[in-house]
Formats: sequence, structure tokens, C-alpha cells
Amino acid sequence: MSPLFRKQLAPWLLTVPALLGAAFAAQAETVARYGISMADIPLTTGQPDRGAGAYQFTGHTIYDPLIAWEANIGTRPGKLVPGLATEWKVDPKDNKVWRFTLRKGVKFHDGSEFKADAVVWNLDKVLNDKSPQFDAKQSAQVRPRIPSIASYKVVDAYTVEIVTKDVDALFPYQLPWFLIGSPAQWEAQGRDWAKVAVKPSGTGPFKLDKLVPRERADLVRNAAYWDKARLPKTDRIVLMPIPDALTRANALLNGQVDLIETPPPDVLPQLQSRGFKLVQNVTPHVWPYHFSTQPGSPWTDIRVRKAANLAVDREAIVKLLNGQASVAKGQLDKTSPWFGKPSFDIKYDLPAARALMAQAGYTKANPLKAKVIIAQGGTGQMLSLPMNEFIQQSLAEVGIQLEFQVVELETLYLHWRSGAKADMNAGKGITAINLGYVTADPFYALTRFAYSSYVAPNGVNWGGYENKKVDDAIDKIRTSFDVKVQDQLLASVHQQMVDDALMLWVVHDTNPHALSPKVKTFVQAQHWFQDLTTIGM
Amino acid sequence: MIAYLLKRVLYALPIALGVTVVSFALVYLAPGDPLNAIAPADAPAEVIEALKSQYGLDRPLPVRYGLWLARAVQGDLGASIATGRAVAAEVLGALSNTVLLAGVAAAVGVFFGCVLGGIAGYRQGGVVDRIATALSVVGVSIPHYWLGLVLTILFSIQRPWFPAMGAGPGGSGEWLWDLEHIRHLVLPAATLCVIPMGIITRTVRALVADTLNQEFVVALRARGLGPSAVFRHVARNAAPTVLAVAGLQVGYLMGGSILVETVFAWPGTGFLLNTAIFQRDIPLLQGTILVLCLIFVAINLLVDILQPLVDPRMGRA
Repeated sequence: MSPLFRKQLAPWLLTVPALLGAAFAAQAETVARYGISMADIPLTTGQPDRGAGAYQFTGHTIYDPLIAWEANIGTRPGKLVPGLATEWKVDPKDNKVWRFTLRKGVKFHDGSEFKADAVVWNLDKVLNDKSPQFDAKQSAQVRPRIPSIASYKVVDAYTVEIVTKDVDALFPYQLPWFLIGSPAQWEAQGRDWAKVAVKPSGTGPFKLDKLVPRERADLVRNAAYWDKARLPKTDRIVLMPIPDALTRANALLNGQVDLIETPPPDVLPQLQSRGFKLVQNVTPHVWPYHFSTQPGSPWTDIRVRKAANLAVDREAIVKLLNGQASVAKGQLDKTSPWFGKPSFDIKYDLPAARALMAQAGYTKANPLKAKVIIAQGGTGQMLSLPMNEFIQQSLAEVGIQLEFQVVELETLYLHWRSGAKADMNAGKGITAINLGYVTADPFYALTRFAYSSYVAPNGVNWGGYENKKVDDAIDKIRTSFDVKVQDQLLASVHQQMVDDALMLWVVHDTNPHALSPKVKTFVQAQHWFQDLTTIGM
Repeated sequence: MIAYLLKRVLYALPIALGVTVVSFALVYLAPGDPLNAIAPADAPAEVIEALKSQYGLDRPLPVRYGLWLARAVQGDLGASIATGRAVAAEVLGALSNTVLLAGVAAAVGVFFGCVLGGIAGYRQGGVVDRIATALSVVGVSIPHYWLGLVLTILFSIQRPWFPAMGAGPGGSGEWLWDLEHIRHLVLPAATLCVIPMGIITRTVRALVADTLNQEFVVALRARGLGPSAVFRHVARNAAPTVLAVAGLQVGYLMGGSILVETVFAWPGTGFLLNTAIFQRDIPLLQGTILVLCLIFVAINLLVDILQPLVDPRMGRA
């Protein structure tokens, strides 16, 4: 072998296979770039911020809850399924005590083992402000979602006991919001949550590989994930926050991302003509007017509330949204196990609406006047202004003259939390509020709006609705541990809410996603929590 | 000259202090609740109260201002309510992107503005003058975000030559002067450069036209000076004003690119401000506004210092 070959050519020849190997490996990695509608990557430390939608990005990807929502099926509503707990049971002697049997052999991404003490450590993290790991930010996210927990303790290495404040049969529905992170990783990162945010460790199907705040988060497949049915179909998912809807659509058209959330309705024809696929599904979300039933409110008359519900052509609103919504028949979609059989059929029936208004003493010439507070836009508010203008015109047809107070979403939340009775509402003549509601579980969908103990400011029963039948049903639900009985009682609550026309229900969001032809699989669950493991390239 | 510089620096200090007061107060006067950024909308009252106390939002406004200012002068702008990240780091990271974008846009705008304005001033009524005038009118009146969308549709969607959003393939944390990153810069910079170009074209054209009509130029020509020598005199006379206008434009670009950065999801201070406003993230909002205002003050100070160097008459005044 000549010195020339040895010194100069050989290293090159040796490099070629390595380069080819590297190139092959790079090619072999499947990557899905996902344009999300948020302005930043949600918190990665365990409990995501930015609302319910964030759980699907940095919640149920990196972490697992004790009890999970089934989110990898699109053909029916998901149900509660075992997560890190294989079994949960209420103590027959004391119905406030719940015992959770934990899954064995599960490891956090850092290699430490998942055991009962990790559950208690995580509960302390968000509920015990004296614990060293307490994190106020994570606590603020999850505490309102797990309000029933009074105390908790380790029973043995794989059993945890949680005691609720009152008997609460719906308690399991709170637990998909509570995610379990690794205590060992927190120690390894110097007990610094800011450092954990960059190197988090959960037990979830993805690991966080890279975080560039406000720009991207790379999630890579956790090949050792305990639930083999939910092993990610894609090696890497890049989450890219693109809050502007048009910019998101442009990024998809340009090929910078492979799928996006909520494409703007007017771009849909262009997307579809270029071969992009639109997927949407029944989603637990409703876009309503929540009426005040306080004395002095024009909505105290049920005929007026029913007339408003009958005056709106919801199909036309769905068209306005280019099909990205479904007609609402109540707080819940008809497919929900809690829909029930309301006698009041919500539909577009102008003559019936006019007749009800006439009975109440109003006509087009002598209209009822009402002030509604609405958001100029924002998460969950769909196309707020055009939709509200549509409602305004529709109700004018039956003799309801609406005046809007348009505010930013953050301000609207203040009005919402304060309740209809508060000075900022009643004092300003505001008698209805338009706010998109997530209706993911019994508490979020029904009881928080219907139970008399939750009249604002004690809860978000904004209008002050009180109905003894509903209160009794909710009390029974709390002590009924049979899911079928729970479902029946919840259906009776919903039925009564609809029959009382508690709100003007307009449409349900269908949580649309636009996919490039490169995306081969994506199961859109009938839920806010979408399972990113189903994205396949 | 030294007295002039000292005076300018001393003038800048109370302005900077005023900026801190205004940027602090304005944010608090705006409607909305900063706790919405961290607590779910239906968080119970006790959670809200605990958070208020934790973030010091339950203290009187002057006390909050005093504490904030004391930390700010040491470079600590607090932590973002929404993310918990240090505001100073957030703003500096975004600032590097904005400086890049605004710098490129300003350089392009000033260069073409001077060239077009200069030619238009020399050849008043000619074709170039008419084109320059039309372009400058369009430049100053066209909405940024609209132009950004049009450029995206033309050169990103219909002809996929440039990316539609972002600062680079790996995020701005990996900014490099490679082709891929430069491609990300083209459309937002092209959108942003239009305003300074329009304003500077108009300014330079007016200045050149005015200077050419002055007696000293007639005298210079009568003394037999060639066109290039006359041009040097004209340019020197126009330079201080152009410098002042360009300085203002750079300042505006630094802070005024909110819409363009939003349209292109460019991770700069405009995008950061937009996010902070929507999240009511008060520390982030205050920190970003403060830094941008201080940069504006600094640019004006720099212009004040440079002007007498270009035109010594100003130093003597």
C-alpha cells in the first residue's frame, strides 16, 4: 500500500461507509412537523399551562396520568382507561377513600422506576406548598382540576390511597389532568424546575429531545414505552407554535410543516384543492350564550330563552365556518352518553320562535333589548365576531335586539368568574356572556354550570341557575359508583338543562386539522386530548 | 463638542427614566388580569389570591415600580409569569432576531432610499423621479401585514422559493449565515424595508432638490466644480437630516415590526410583545417595552452624536 493511499485516501474510504450509514439513519427517521396554534410551547415540567388543549402536546406525550382518557379511537367517545394505575377502587366502608393499584415495571425516561412514592411526590408538588418540590405554576394549572383531593398516602410500593373531601363518585374523571413526573430527574437537575423544563422525565410515549422556547419542541419516540398499543408511529414530532391561523396554513402549503391545527375556514378550499386533507370530529366543546337568570334579566322568561334557541339557523353558521363545526342540540353532542332525551328540540323554527316571543309580549316592532358580553377572539371562541353578528341578526328577526360589549378574552374571563350578579355584569346591564366551553367530562360539561352551590363567584354557574331536580341528581351522582347509573343521572341533568334552555347553544367546534399528503395516519379522537402517537408518516 | 455630547447624554437619562415609568404604568392601566396567563379561567379565588401574593401583584403600584426599577437597573427584569423564564434572557434572545431583521431591512431601505431619492432629486420630473415618488407613496402607505401576506402568497405559496414562517430550520437558537437561514430572512426583510425606503426616498429627494436650488451650489458650479464635487457638497448637506430620519426609522423598525413578525412567526421582540400582550404577561411586556424604548433612546443619542461629526456646524451650535 502506498503511503499516499494510507495517509490520504484510506481515511476518506473509511469515512464513506460512515457517512452513508449516517445518511441512511437520518433518512430512516420519520419526522412529523406539527404547526400548533399556541404562542409558545406549553410547560414541559409535568402540568402543562395554556389550557386543556396543551395536554396533548407536552402533557400526555411526555407524561402519563394514573387514569387516562382513551384518545386513540375516533369512531366513538373515548372513556376512562387505566394509565399508570391498573385498577382503582373506592373503599366500600368509607366512600371517600380510593385505592389505586399501580402498574409494575414502568420506568421514567431517566431510568428510575415508577412507584407509589412518585405519585405522592407529584401530589405534594402541586398540593403541598410546604414540600420542597412544590411548584406554584404547576399547582395553578392542576389544582382547580383536582379539587376533590383531601389527603393521600403510600400504602405499599405499588398502592396509593387518596382521600376525597366529600364522597365524589366522579373523582376518577379528575385524574387524567394530573400527570406524573420523575422525582429522580428533579433531583438530578438540582431541584430546579427551569432545568427540568429542558430535560423533563416522564413515563410517556415521547421523550423531549430539544426545546427552543416559543419556537419548537422536538419529541422523540420512547421505544421502551409500557403501552405497546400506543407506541408512537413517528420517530420524531416537532411542535412549532404558529399562533396566526393564516401563517399556519401558509406554512402547511409551503411544506414547512406537515399538519396544523385549526386552519382558517377561508383557506380550506385552497388546501383541499392542493391535496391536503381536512380531518375533524365530534369534540367536547360548545359555543353558547350563557344567560343570566338573575332578577331583572330579560332571560328569566323561559319563553324568551327558548325563542332565542329557535331563532338561529345553525346550519348556516356551519357553512359560515366552511363546515368546521357541528350543529348544537344542547350543551353536549347527541353522541354523548350524557345527552339524554330532552323534550325541547333545539332547531331552526322562526314561526315557533316568533310565537313564543309574542306570548312573552315582544315583537320585531317592540323588541326585547339585551346586552351580551363577547370576546373579540381567542382560543375556543371560533370566529367570534362574525358568528355573533349572525346571532344578532337572527335574534332581531324574532324581536330580540342585542347589544354587544366586545372585550379581550382575558377580560371576558374576569366577567365570567365574577358571575352575572356582579357589578361588572349586572351593574352594566350585561345579561348574557358568550364564551366557548370545553365539555370534556361531567364536571366540565354539566355540573359546574348547573349545580346551585357553584353559582358564581363560588364556581362558574354564571347565570345563577337553580333547579332542585338538577341539584338532587348531581348529589346522587356523587354517591353513585356504578358508571351506568352515573351516565343515566348525568343524562337527566343535561336533559333538564336543555328543557330549561339554560343557554343559547349554537355549535360545537370540530377541532379541525389539516394534513399534508405525507401524513399517512392520524386518528382524531372525539376529545380535546388528541393522541400524537397515532400520527404516522 | 465634548460639552455637546455630555449635554446629549444627560438629556437621555431623564428620558430613559420616563420610559421606565410609562412602560410600567401603561401595562397596569390596561384592562385584563395577568393571572389568566397562569391560572385556568375557572381557577378558584384562593388559587388566584395565592398567585397574586407570590407574584407580588397584591402590593401597591409604587412599591412594585420601585422594586422592579431596582432590579431592572441591575439587569434583572424578573421572570415571565407565563413561562417562568427570565425576562432578560427572553428579550435578549428575541432582540437578536429583531436586530437582524430590522438591521437588514433598514440597510436595504436606507440604501435604496438614498439612491432613488438622490436620482429623483437630481432628475426632478424625470421617469426615475416619478417612479421614486410613486414607490415612496406606496411604501409609506401600504399596510405591512398586507404586503407580508401578498409576498407570502406570491413567493412562498405560488412559487415556493422562500419559507412562509420562522427564522430558520432549527429555530433561532441556531442562527447561522447559511443559505437556509438567509432564505427565511428574505420575505420579512423585504416587507419591512418598504417603509424606511419610502420615507428616506422622499426625504432625500426633497433635500437634494432643495440643496441644488441653493445659491452656494450655483456658486460652486460657477466656479467650475464638476458634478462629482458638487454631489459631494450636496450629499454632505443632506447627510445630517438623512441620518436623523434613518435613525428614527431603525428605532421604529425595532419596535414597530409586531405585525410583520406575527405574520411571518419571526421570533423577535415584536412577536414576543404580541404574545406578552395576549397572555397579559406583565413582566415580559414591561421588560420588552423597556428594552425597546431604551434602544430607541440609544439610537437617537447615537444619531445626535453622529450628526455633528457629519456636519460640524451642529456641534458649534
